[in-house]
Amino acid sequence: MSDASINASNIREDEAGFGDYFALLKPRVMSLVVFTALVGLLAAPVTVHPMVGFCAILFIAIGGGASGALNMWWDADIDRVMKRTRGRPIPSGKVEPGEAMALGLALSGMSCIMLALATNIFAGAFLAFTIFFYVVVYTMWLKRLTPQNIVIGGAAGAFPPVIGWIAATGSMAVEPWLMFALTFLWTPPHFWALALFMRNDYDDAGVPMLTVTHGRRATRVHILVYTLLLALFAVGAAFSGIGGPLYLAVSLVLNMLFILGAFRIWRRDEAASEADNFATERSFFKLSLLYLFLHFGAVLAEALLRPYGLGGWG
Amino acid sequence: MSFRATHDLHKRRFGRNLGVGLVLAAFIAIVFGLTVAKVSNGGMTFQPGTEQN
Repeated sequence: MSDASINASNIREDEAGFGDYFALLKPRVMSLVVFTALVGLLAAPVTVHPMVGFCAILFIAIGGGASGALNMWWDADIDRVMKRTRGRPIPSGKVEPGEAMALGLALSGMSCIMLALATNIFAGAFLAFTIFFYVVVYTMWLKRLTPQNIVIGGAAGAFPPVIGWIAATGSMAVEPWLMFALTFLWTPPHFWALALFMRNDYDDAGVPMLTVTHGRRATRVHILVYTLLLALFAVGAAFSGIGGPLYLAVSLVLNMLFILGAFRIWRRDEAASEADNFATERSFFKLSLLYLFLHFGAVLAEALLRPYGLGGWG
Repeated sequence: MSFRATHDLHKRRFGRNLGVGLVLAAFIAIVFGLTVAKVSNGGMTFQPGTEQN
């Protein structure tokens, strides 16, 4: 088509660039998916051809990105209201909702089929289930229905290490589910801390976050309780198939810091938080990112040391 | 709205087309690499009794 055939009235000055479509895939969330899936794949007790392993991680990441695009398509109305999400490609008017849906559906289908072809059908099917869980169960159903949205929906973000393990082995085992549980229990305190310092965002959007339905005091209590549960599990996992002395040392330090952070959040009131612009809540949120990264890093280190007789307990 | 050769819209569309082109080229390279890995690994050999007639 030449320029002469373009109807100037159909031209948008803010037409989307390539980066806007890439932003639909939530690259930051994708990085977490890539890392945890990689740990699941490398911790499996089998040898995977590097090219097959690379493809497995790539297609899991694309599947995660596709579910992010479908999430942005469905949630465009509330993204428009929240400060944190107002700049996303659909609310900012750069990408049409239909384009995001088409991209999400196409990449979902492609990633599941390619993962099945690259590794095994079980892995492809499990990736399809994960996308379904995130898009339909979490985004469409639970997110706007219950204050436990984050707790149940967090499962979707916890599946990647299980998919990585299945891609490598073609079967299920206890170890990847321990990694699943670690991410699953980590998600609520991580997101509730975010909800505390994003203050009115979820309220304005009508999303029933715990801060909106049960109040900010209850959220602080929930963060502490979930952090204690997480710490019990995370340290206990040191004595399971994914743990070892190195994991135990890392986990003990991180959980002490995490409990201390949660305790500080629990002890504070709103006046104190607003006085320093939620400094404690923000640092707890940042620590939570490091917490998950280092725990999975320790699981990976234990698995990689095992062939040399150094990983695990023995 | 006039369309000179250097209009910002052209640049953005070129960037988009280039991006899609590179993604497609990368996809072809990945499928090729995967096929080579599968064949050399014996992953694409038929099991006895499963040959197609």
